[in-house]
Amino acid sequence: MLFKRTPSPHIKQYITVQDMMFKVLYALIPGALASIYFFGWGVLFNLCIAISVCLLTEVSILKIRQRDAISAIQDGSALITACLLALALPSLAPWWITTIASIFAIAVAKHLYGGLGFNPFNPAMVGYIVVMISFPLEMTLWTAPMGVNDGWPDFSTTFNWVFLGLLPYGESIDSISMATPIDLIKTQLNQLHDITETRNNIKYSALFSTISGTGWQWINILYLAGGIWLVKKGVADWRIPTAFLITLVLISNLFSVIDYSNNSSALFHTFSGGTMLCAFFIATDPVSASTTPRGRWIYGACIGALVYIIRNWGGYPDGIAFAVVLMNIAVPLIDYYTQPKVYGDLDR
Amino acid sequence: MKQTEEISKFDGGLTLVAYKHLSTGSTISTMEQSKTYIIPLQQHIGVISQPLVKPGDRVLKGQMLAKPGNMISAAIHSPISGVVTDIKEHDVPHISGLPDQCIFIDNDFKDEWIERKPLADNYNQSTSSSLRKIIRDAGIVGLGGAAFPSSVKQTEMNIKTLILNGVECEPYITCDDVLMRERAEEILSGADIIGHIIKARQCIIAIEDNKPEAIKAIQTAIEKDSTGFFKVQVIPTIYPSGGEKQLIKIITGKEVPKSRYPAELGVLCHNVATAYAIYRAIYFAEPLISRITTVTGHGVAQPQNIEVLIGTPMSSCIKHCGGYTDDSDELIMGGPMMGFSLNSDNIPIIKATNCLLVTAKAKNTQKQKHLPCIRCGKCVEVCPVRLLPQQLYWYASSKNIERLIEHHLFDCIECGCCAYVCPSDIPLVQYYRFAKTTIWQQERERKASDIARQRHEFHQHRLEEQKREREERLRKKREMLKNKSNEKTSDDKTSKQAAIAEAVARAQAKKAEHNKKKETENKTD
Repeated sequence: MLFKRTPSPHIKQYITVQDMMFKVLYALIPGALASIYFFGWGVLFNLCIAISVCLLTEVSILKIRQRDAISAIQDGSALITACLLALALPSLAPWWITTIASIFAIAVAKHLYGGLGFNPFNPAMVGYIVVMISFPLEMTLWTAPMGVNDGWPDFSTTFNWVFLGLLPYGESIDSISMATPIDLIKTQLNQLHDITETRNNIKYSALFSTISGTGWQWINILYLAGGIWLVKKGVADWRIPTAFLITLVLISNLFSVIDYSNNSSALFHTFSGGTMLCAFFIATDPVSASTTPRGRWIYGACIGALVYIIRNWGGYPDGIAFAVVLMNIAVPLIDYYTQPKVYGDLDR
Repeated sequence: MKQTEEISKFDGGLTLVAYKHLSTGSTISTMEQSKTYIIPLQQHIGVISQPLVKPGDRVLKGQMLAKPGNMISAAIHSPISGVVTDIKEHDVPHISGLPDQCIFIDNDFKDEWIERKPLADNYNQSTSSSLRKIIRDAGIVGLGGAAFPSSVKQTEMNIKTLILNGVECEPYITCDDVLMRERAEEILSGADIIGHIIKARQCIIAIEDNKPEAIKAIQTAIEKDSTGFFKVQVIPTIYPSGGEKQLIKIITGKEVPKSRYPAELGVLCHNVATAYAIYRAIYFAEPLISRITTVTGHGVAQPQNIEVLIGTPMSSCIKHCGGYTDDSDELIMGGPMMGFSLNSDNIPIIKATNCLLVTAKAKNTQKQKHLPCIRCGKCVEVCPVRLLPQQLYWYASSKNIERLIEHHLFDCIECGCCAYVCPSDIPLVQYYRFAKTTIWQQERERKASDIARQRHEFHQHRLEEQKREREERLRKKREMLKNKSNEKTSDDKTSKQAAIAEAVARAQAKKAEHNKKKETENKTD
């Protein structure tokens, strides 16, 4: 009797790339729902635009590259890029911001480098950086979170602004947008108002609640919860978020102890802006992150340090995207110098 | 199952579904004899054996058919009495799928043994080297699957601990399990012999905790022994605990230094089945002509363990076990993790055949093409050698030999853990094997070209030497001739002068004579 031959091993664990990617998407859901709850229709629009543009770009490029577009799109990687991008962009970003970022993320950052598995940089963050550098003003357009002033604008106001660039008669964009806590503290510090002053200012006090900022703290807590689930499921690496958060806490704590009036607390840094989204969903993107056990500690820790540096002394409101992409550049070097000692290596 | 001592852990590893129960339902059954036996000359690690028989020879059961090719090689014996019909190439169980030289024997069903002189209990009086020679002449190799010649391993360099490997960490395989259940005392006798050879102070029998019956049987056998030489060590069930280096780490807490031998840590590992074979060789003077093989899997009707003669066609073994099921898929020699699939069952059982696994067709047939590596690092977590499989894959696909060696490709034990967990379904082990073979090939070619260059250079050197010698000779000759002619010229000169002088003298004499004559003439006139 004759048989076919296949290479060993002849048994396999049935985990697929698709399983892993969709688990990431599920883990995003609680934080994303909180985002929608606190920042309204704009977040939903971002998601819709980013998902459709990303998938469309993915399919077109795969067609140009003569690859099987249908099976490739099922791996869910383009969907993750779209969601991360949409959740990172400000809730009142005009449609063309989201579109440009999405096209750039998929076409340039992902496929020009060879597609899934070959991109040296996190596609979503590259897309984010492109629009951040090109259109800095539009990138600050967040609504007031639910519970602050009038909260977010209604469907038609948001729709008219995002898709048509129209504002209600006689109103400026300032009337429907509001700075984020991180951004506000930074601009106030530049005008020599220290943190306590800003937080106690009657105009802004509603923006800051117990931990960090109204809305933001809940969004971050829910991303943390989703992230912990993801780590428990073995999809995300635990070292990167741990190293990232520990570094961020240590550095921000050090500076706030030295001078609390000019440096926000560790708690504020950990639960504001994109901290938790970065820790568990962006920095842990396996393709662009370090893959050695020691390398992942270094990679996570350096992102934490860079985020703090950019937030505190840089010119941008948040430093996540830059920190991640800067460390993406260092990954080949980190991986090369952090090879584990193999079994029986005498130097160990 | 008390654990008497702390044990260590090796890095990585997997917990696998074992499917051991499939083949442990019945006791070891003995195979009926076949008509023809096909005995490959290469069943072990090392050099191919050299045949001692020719077609037409009558051979007896246990007669040596082939002797070891050199130091690291093994003897091969006839499993039956009969006639050698042919020595030619035939399909053998090898990962390459290539045929190799085999001795064909027709069974006369007389089961006539060669003369045997067993040492039995008297082995205590024998020296280590004479016992090692018996083991070598019995063709005993490691029966755990690697088939390394056993006597070569049994050095006397300060070994304290003999580790008997009864771990059997691969799923499905149960041949060591049933052997320990049924023949525990014989295994311990074999271990005693090895202990005597290597002068070990203790013997630790390592068994995974998923084999309670085997553990109990060995413990019962140990209780009858009063020397305190033996100890059972129950270890957790983690694949690949049965790997020699992994097991040594578990037992001793130390790692065998890179490219060194376990003896350096004062330990020696032998499989329990090897100990049993050594027992048979010393107590019954029986060479290694049979072994216990697990025939199992969901593709075979009655999975069980069989005691089978080396050289039996696999098809007969499958038939003995009820044949294939309707949904049988692949035939694998060895376990599902490290075994290799065979393209036919017209292949003989060899010394290394610990298991024949017949798989059933999977219900959810996966896509054939694998996805790109997403660098998730799951392979890093499970690698027992602490390699970076994803980097090795990257360098193997780009054929970057320098980086492959830097990333310790040759430390890979091909256990398959990385490929098992890979979400992209990449056949990683296959990539590493291919890379290793390519590098070996290049190394061989480099060596061959080195030799060719050396030969060429030597040839060139020799030609030049000859030319030089010839010139030297010519030069010498010329010089000699020149000297000779010089001498001649000087002689010539003197002779010429002499001749001239002579001639002058002659002329003068003539003149004088002439004058004298004239004078006399004048006088007479």
